[in-house]
This record gives sequence, structure tokens and C-alpha cells, in this order.
Amino acid sequence: MSAVTQTNMTSARLRSRVSAHTRRQWTWGLLFLLPWIIGFFAFQLLPIVFTVFLSFTDYAATSEFKLGNFNFVGFENYQRLLTDQIALPSMGVTLKFALIGIPLGLVIPLLMALLVNSRRLIASNIFRTLFYLPTVIPVVAGAIIFNGVLNSQSGWLNLSLKALGVAEPPRWFSDPAWAGFALNLLAIWAVGNAMIILLAGLQGVPTELYEAATVDGAGPITQFFYITVPMISPVIFYNVTIGVIGAFQYFVPALLIGGTNGNPQGSLMFFPMHFYREAFVYSHMGYASVLAVIIFVVTMAATGVLFYFGQRMVYYASGEVS
Amino acid sequence: MATTSLTSSSTNKSIYRRVWSVVREILARLGVTSLGLLMLAIFLLPLAYVLSTSLKLDSQLTTPGAPLWPASPSTYNYEGTDYPLYDIPTEDGVRRLALVGPHREDSDVVDPDHPEQGVFNIKGRWRTWDAVYRFDPTLQNFYDAWRQVNFLRLFRNSLLLSTISTIGTLIACILVAYGFTRFQLPGKNILFVILISTIVLPPQATIVPLYILFNKLGWTGTWLPLLVPAFFANAYDVFLLRQYFMSIPRELDEAAMIDGANPFRILVSIIIPQAVPAITAVTIFHFFFVWNQYFEPLVYLLGKEKLYPISVGIGAFVTTFGNYPGRSAATAVLAMLLPAVMFFLAQRQFMQGIVVTGVEK
Repeated sequence: MSAVTQTNMTSARLRSRVSAHTRRQWTWGLLFLLPWIIGFFAFQLLPIVFTVFLSFTDYAATSEFKLGNFNFVGFENYQRLLTDQIALPSMGVTLKFALIGIPLGLVIPLLMALLVNSRRLIASNIFRTLFYLPTVIPVVAGAIIFNGVLNSQSGWLNLSLKALGVAEPPRWFSDPAWAGFALNLLAIWAVGNAMIILLAGLQGVPTELYEAATVDGAGPITQFFYITVPMISPVIFYNVTIGVIGAFQYFVPALLIGGTNGNPQGSLMFFPMHFYREAFVYSHMGYASVLAVIIFVVTMAATGVLFYFGQRMVYYASGEVS
Repeated sequence: MATTSLTSSSTNKSIYRRVWSVVREILARLGVTSLGLLMLAIFLLPLAYVLSTSLKLDSQLTTPGAPLWPASPSTYNYEGTDYPLYDIPTEDGVRRLALVGPHREDSDVVDPDHPEQGVFNIKGRWRTWDAVYRFDPTLQNFYDAWRQVNFLRLFRNSLLLSTISTIGTLIACILVAYGFTRFQLPGKNILFVILISTIVLPPQATIVPLYILFNKLGWTGTWLPLLVPAFFANAYDVFLLRQYFMSIPRELDEAAMIDGANPFRILVSIIIPQAVPAITAVTIFHFFFVWNQYFEPLVYLLGKEKLYPISVGIGAFVTTFGNYPGRSAATAVLAMLLPAVMFFLAQRQFMQGIVVTGVEK
């Protein structure tokens, strides 16, 4: 009887100690997560909610933000979107940039990664380092460099093209038809991260697969499309996702090269630049918030679609879906 | 007899095959490497361009026939005056002569190798002759850029901003990553998913309210809006550190816990010393990130030129490129110098860090 009581007491004490331990775990864990939780609410979640709130007001940043300095205007800002002469063309500029930039931003680093991964490449480490180098160059320096190297007269690209027999090479940043693509070139100059990630993906493909395929008589091209691509599909998926997110925010090099009007002739007027101009040049915070909401929704929708299709197309070797 | 000849011929065949396979391997290596060099040349062309432009005078860009590398016309001093050298086609082949008196259809020249022969006349249009250039880099552009912009101040500002922000990020992200790896919390996985999904968040979605908030606090026109958020962790760096912390075995922390060490002490004396590679990677990433940041400093520091980091401080050089190519190029070189040097010094940690964020997701 006494023995039984003692066991009960021990287990009770044990239980209380376990729960004390768990409680301590919670307290400490929460304490360590606190910086992020506070930051998430203060700098991310509440500002987004507030952006939506502002999109229903006519607040202009010329006056201090307080009640009385702004009015609720209902859906007026959203209606203004319909008559906005810049919103649609600028979304077109952004979409064109994305549609060209995302595939290029996958294929070119993949080619570089395949090259660096080739055991036939002599001194592949040097190649990897030098291919990566442009990625660490600050955006502003990159804009200066490409403004020069793509100069229609003295730029080395056009000099090279002329030497190769192109009679009239594009006038790049002076030509509205080519300015957007010129920024695509600037963007694919800095694909070092994608290359390194793809390279790691390539190195992670088990060599037995290639050996087995060679025995079965599969050539290098078949092996690439039936082994390499499926095996590195998670990495491809990651790169495409990062590319999509980046494309819908992209505008700083356009601002540096084309100014707030997106010159030449608005061909560099990206959608986020339209937002930047409304908010911080014209101080139309209310209307700018509508544009911000659109950037947010479009980005979310694009990544949502990507994940929906990604889950079906990406092959996870370990069988788990992340 | 018959059998011997058969063996020797098959040996020959196998030798041929082996030699052929070696030759083929060498050819393949040369082919792949040449392809690589070609790609690299295209890729590094802009860098070569900016270095070359920064080291040459703007007048060279507009001179027809001038070479692409920094150069100045070679001259020959004849009787106290410098005359330009030209490669002139003559009956005796191409001769290198100094042009003393240019005319339309003929010119007076002097031979630098035989000045005692004096000035003589030669047929031909001097405008069609090739001027001789010598490699002659100049630092004039760097001098001009340095005089026009207060680079020391821009460097100091960028260094301070990057350093303080990196310290904040390291403190916050290490704490948060530790919280995510070593503690059982209800809803921890959901919190982690929320953290990762903030990567998708465009900065445009939050910047207007943040601007209003920082303005209310009187922080606009100071560095505070750029520095304070760094002390509250970000998804990329927390993810990178968390992946690394998870690979550190728990035995040591458990032993320390039994010895009575509190979780904070375990973090400082056990986890951090073992996570140096990941911490280095985060340090470099974040330092670069702040060094390159343009949008936020532009918005929060508008007009406060004394506080500008280098990115915003040299932004104007992009559009003045047409007028002063050399000076703009020199500015670009100055701005990319530090990141490039840091990258070369720490490239291994750098690339490992990228792999962690990109592959292990």
C-alpha cells in the first residue's frame, strides 16, 4: 500500500517536473523568438494591414498623419486605377521584363553551372569565382557600367556586334524598344546565386543514375532531360520562385538609368516605379497604397500558382514535399 | 605463329584505342575549356570595359582609331618638339615615322631611328595612317571623382550602416534561429512557415506605413529606419542559421544543461562557437545587402546628403555617364572595390551560405 502510494507520488512529481520542464522550454523558446515576432508584427503584418487601410483614404504625405488630415474616400482610389494612364502600360513593362528575365535567369545560370560542373573544364574553381563576381557588384555600379557598355556608339557591346558584322546594332537605352531588354541583360549579369544553387543541385545527383543510363544506351541529351532536370527540379523551382518574386519588385536600376519618368519614353516605367513616384515624388499615399496592394496581390497570386503547379512537377528524391 | 600475330595485332589495336581515348579526352577538355573561356569573356566584358574606361581620358573615347585599352599617342621629340608617330605604308613595307608637317596628299616626316637624315617628304594622306599608341593608364578620373564627391564620407557612412546593421542582424537572427532549433513550442512549425513566407513579401507593400511611422517618430532623415529593423531578424538569415544549428549534435548542450547552464549560456558557449561558418556567411550576406541597398536609404534619407551611403551618393553618376564617362566609371570602380575584395577573401563561406539557403529548402 505504502509502496503503491510512493510510486504514485513519484510519477506525480515526475509529471509535474516534466510539465515544469515543458513550461521552461516554452518560456525560453518564446523569449528567443520574440525579436522576430515583434519585428513581424511591427514591420510586416501591421504595415500591410495599414497599407490596405490607407488605400481607402486620400492621405497625402505633405501633412502630418493624424485624424483630420485625411478622409475616407471609399473605393475612389481603386476607381482611379481605371483611368490611370500609366498603371496598365507600366504593368506591361514589368510583365515583359518578367517573361524575358525569368527564363533567361534560369537557362543562363544553368548553362554556367553545367559548364563549371563538367569534369572536363580545367580550373573550374576559377570559372565559378569569376562567373559569380558580377553578382557582388553594387546595383548602382552595375547601372553605371551597363549605361557605358551598352552605349550605342562607344559601348563595347555594339563595337563587338559591329565587328561581328551587325550593321546597325540596337541603341539599347536610347531606344524604347530595346531599353527593357537592356535591363534584362543587366539582370542576367548578376545570376551568381542561381548558378551556385544549381551547381550544388547538379553535384547532388547520384552518379549511379548516369552510369545506369549509359549502360542502357542513353546519350548525354537524353540523360540531361530525363535524369538531370527531374533530379534538380526542386532547385529549379526555388530559382523560378525567387525570380518571380524579384521581377515584380524590380525597378531600382530603371530608376537610376531612366529617372522617375522611365525614359526613354516611359519604356522603363516599371509598375513598382509608378508606385514609388506616386508615394514619394507626388506624396499621393492613398493612391500609392492601391498600387502597393496590387504589387502584393500579384506577387502572392504568382507564387501561389507557382506552388500549385510546382508541387506536381517537382520531384523530391527523399519523397517529402517541402 | 598464327596465334602470336593475332595477339600482337590485338595488342596494337588496344594501344591505338587507348591512345585515341587519351587524345579524345584532351580534345574534349580543350573544347569545354575554350567554350568556358568564351562565355567568361562575354561575361567579364562589362568589367573590362569599366576598368579600361576609368583609366583613360574621355578624349580617347571620341578619337577615331584609338584603341580600347587606356592609351595615349606615342610621340617622338625632334629638335625640341613632340611629333606624333604613325605607322606609314611605303614601298619598303610599313615604317614608323614621326609626322612633322601634315599636308593633304603628302607630308613631311622624320625617321626616329635616323634623325640625322632630317625631315623628308613622303606621299600619301596622313589621315589614313595608323597612329601609334602606347599603354598609358591615367588616374585623372579617380582624382576628379574624388574631388567631386566626398568619398571618404560615403565610405564611412556605408561602413557604419553595414556594420551596425550586420551586428543587429547577427544578434537577432542567432537568437531566433536558436529558438526555432532547440525549443519545443506549440505552433512552432506554423510560426516557421510564416517566417519563410515573409520572403515573398514585396517591400512596396509595407514601406508607406513604415515611412509614416518613422516620420511620426521623427526618425526620417536619420539612420534609425535603416538600422532598427535589422535588430528584429529576417527570414533568409534565420533560415540559414537554423539549418546549420540543426546539424550541431545535441549531446553537448544536454551535457551543459545537466551541469546547470541556462539556455542563453549554452547558446553563447556551445552553439555559437560551432556555427562559425554559418555566422560568417550571414555576416557577409548582410554586409553586402546593406552596402548595396538603394531604395530604403533613398526614401528615408532624401535630401540629407551628409548621411548618404555610397549607393545613393553616387546614384547621380549613372545619368551623367554620357558627359563624363571616365569619372563615372571611376566612381563605379570605387563603389565595387570593397565588395569585390571581401568576396575574393571569403568566397568559400559565401558560396556555402548560398547553397544552404537555396538547396536545403
